[in-house]
Amino acid sequence: MSFERVQEKLNILADAAKYDVSCSSSGSNRANTNKGLGDASNSGICHTYTEDGRCVSLLKILLTNHCIFDCAYCVTRKSNDIKRAAFQVQEVVDLTINFYRRNYIEGLFLSSGIFKSADYTMERLVAVAKKLRLEENFNGYIHLKSIPGASDELMREAGLYADRLSVNIEIPTAEGLKLLAPDKNRADFIKPMEKVKNEIIQYKSEKKLIKSTPKYAPAGQSTQMIVGASGENDMQIMYTSNYFYKNFNLKRVYYSGYVPISYDTRLPQIGTPVPMLRENRLYQTDWLLRFYGFNIEEILNEQNQHLDLDIDPKLGWALRNLHEFPVDVNKADKRMLARIPGLGMKSVFKILHARRYRQLNWDHLKAIGVSLNRAKYFMICASNQFESRDLTAEKIKGLILQNSKSKYTNMLSNQLNLFG
Amino acid sequence: METTLIYDSSFDGFLTAVFTAYEMKLKTVVIVNQQRFQQPLFGSYETVITDQEKANRVWIGLKKKMTANELRRFYYAFLSENPTAEHTIYQAILYVFASKTNVASDFSNAHILEVAKLTKNVGREKHRMEAFVRFKLTKDGIYFANIEPDFNVLPLIKRHFERRYADQKWLIYDLKRKYGIYYDLKQVELITLEFDSNFDPSKTSSDLFAAIELEFQQLWNDYFKSTNIPSRKNMKLHIQHVPKRYWKYLSEKQ
Repeated sequence: MSFERVQEKLNILADAAKYDVSCSSSGSNRANTNKGLGDASNSGICHTYTEDGRCVSLLKILLTNHCIFDCAYCVTRKSNDIKRAAFQVQEVVDLTINFYRRNYIEGLFLSSGIFKSADYTMERLVAVAKKLRLEENFNGYIHLKSIPGASDELMREAGLYADRLSVNIEIPTAEGLKLLAPDKNRADFIKPMEKVKNEIIQYKSEKKLIKSTPKYAPAGQSTQMIVGASGENDMQIMYTSNYFYKNFNLKRVYYSGYVPISYDTRLPQIGTPVPMLRENRLYQTDWLLRFYGFNIEEILNEQNQHLDLDIDPKLGWALRNLHEFPVDVNKADKRMLARIPGLGMKSVFKILHARRYRQLNWDHLKAIGVSLNRAKYFMICASNQFESRDLTAEKIKGLILQNSKSKYTNMLSNQLNLFG
Repeated sequence: METTLIYDSSFDGFLTAVFTAYEMKLKTVVIVNQQRFQQPLFGSYETVITDQEKANRVWIGLKKKMTANELRRFYYAFLSENPTAEHTIYQAILYVFASKTNVASDFSNAHILEVAKLTKNVGREKHRMEAFVRFKLTKDGIYFANIEPDFNVLPLIKRHFERRYADQKWLIYDLKRKYGIYYDLKQVELITLEFDSNFDPSKTSSDLFAAIELEFQQLWNDYFKSTNIPSRKNMKLHIQHVPKRYWKYLSEKQ
């Protein structure tokens, strides 16, 4: 392996891959076998964090940034005048193994620009994974991109070596896609996703009958949407997300605030701030759907098509539904506890345990770690002190904002000034 | 009358002290690590000799009172080496043994809650070490890493590395506590090392480490830079995730 050549390629092809936000290395169940290298059976590990605060868990690179497509939002688009490079299969294998042995990474996340054809590209991605598994006895995490348009046969093979497969839908609406990536259509993304979903179901049911059935993409599938590139609203993004969670059993949907990389007039111009606060609110909503038992219609609907920027979506929901409160923390069920603003699932867990022994009061709740600044307007406990004024939603919101300091305060005042 | 029980700083030693307190029906007990012991002005003190059997009896007694997860917290909290950890754990143990039902998750009890908090801190440090260990290949073909964790987490991370790096020799050394764990392709052993006076653990000297080691460090540092998105810069979040005290052994942060 020639050091200088690999170094140059790595710089180009890591830079080109960084807009894919997924770096998850969790959710697999691949244990170390035959005293080989690696183990992907535990929860994920972030081995370091970049200066933008994002987790570095996998060696995330493109096999090549040569691409036959010209999607406006993509830095690797055909018409972009940038340096191009391509790794050889063996170079990726060597980098992965050597980074892994030094405990730098949990595994490999391999994506690629599309060169020649979808199948030709997918074949090479699969070749890397196959070599790592069969020749190097590598049991670390492998995330491969499903290339839209790749054959069913290749997708089936990919799942036998990869822990996770993903295909990015990128643009949340069909109209947006038409505008920004006219050569692509939704159906091309959906086909490999559908194939992988069906294979996962089939392998799982076979596994129940025949123990030796091999694993097929044990960490499931994920996708990513770009936020703020095509004028979509939060409701469109989250309904699309919900559709993919429900219909394709996705493990994760990622939201990536659009980083301007082009002077194309169809897109936000270079220098436009990345909508990081909006991205954060979308993730909070995603969490409410997956862990807190909310339905998407409760948070976003025809009357509320955008998430509030100044308060989190759970507080927003509570303020619109004051008739559900106050909740008695000593009696309420888990579902309702989880709906109190200022209570995370960890606090809910502790409350459910602690209240078996005694009635909880404000001191207990504070010690447990409940954020009372927000929660106190929405709950009662074993105390005769509680919010007795009949406050309006507007008033509660004002009081909460007055007494809290958001890490987004600076960003918020900037973003709000734009509208004001 | 307050009695101080001094133990040898091992977990079994601590459990033996707990056993002794029950056996001698002592009312007010302070359990203290011999390294922290200072002769008290009042009351009596006694050195406890670690006894595996007595320790086991306390451990098994606890086990009958709670779930495996809850039991694990008592060990984690102990490894925090917090000056009040012995007191907290002892008080929590008294509470557990005094109750007929399982109260090990009664988070409205201050000692139980404190044990859970110490556990969280130790668990976080364990996870950090699983992340921040950086192996460097020595000339003898051993992947070597040095760490200085806030808590004594080597016993907790042993299994993780054993399972993961089954086909390479590795050594993780805790410079603060002056011992390490070494895997020789068969099993993991505790070891202590004498370092040369000019050994600098934050450097990769070419006398000790393989020639390709510096190349891979360079590639890793390059990768770390390339994968960053400057227009999303957020140093506060960065430092929150990778606190500065860990930087000296992370090559990408040099």
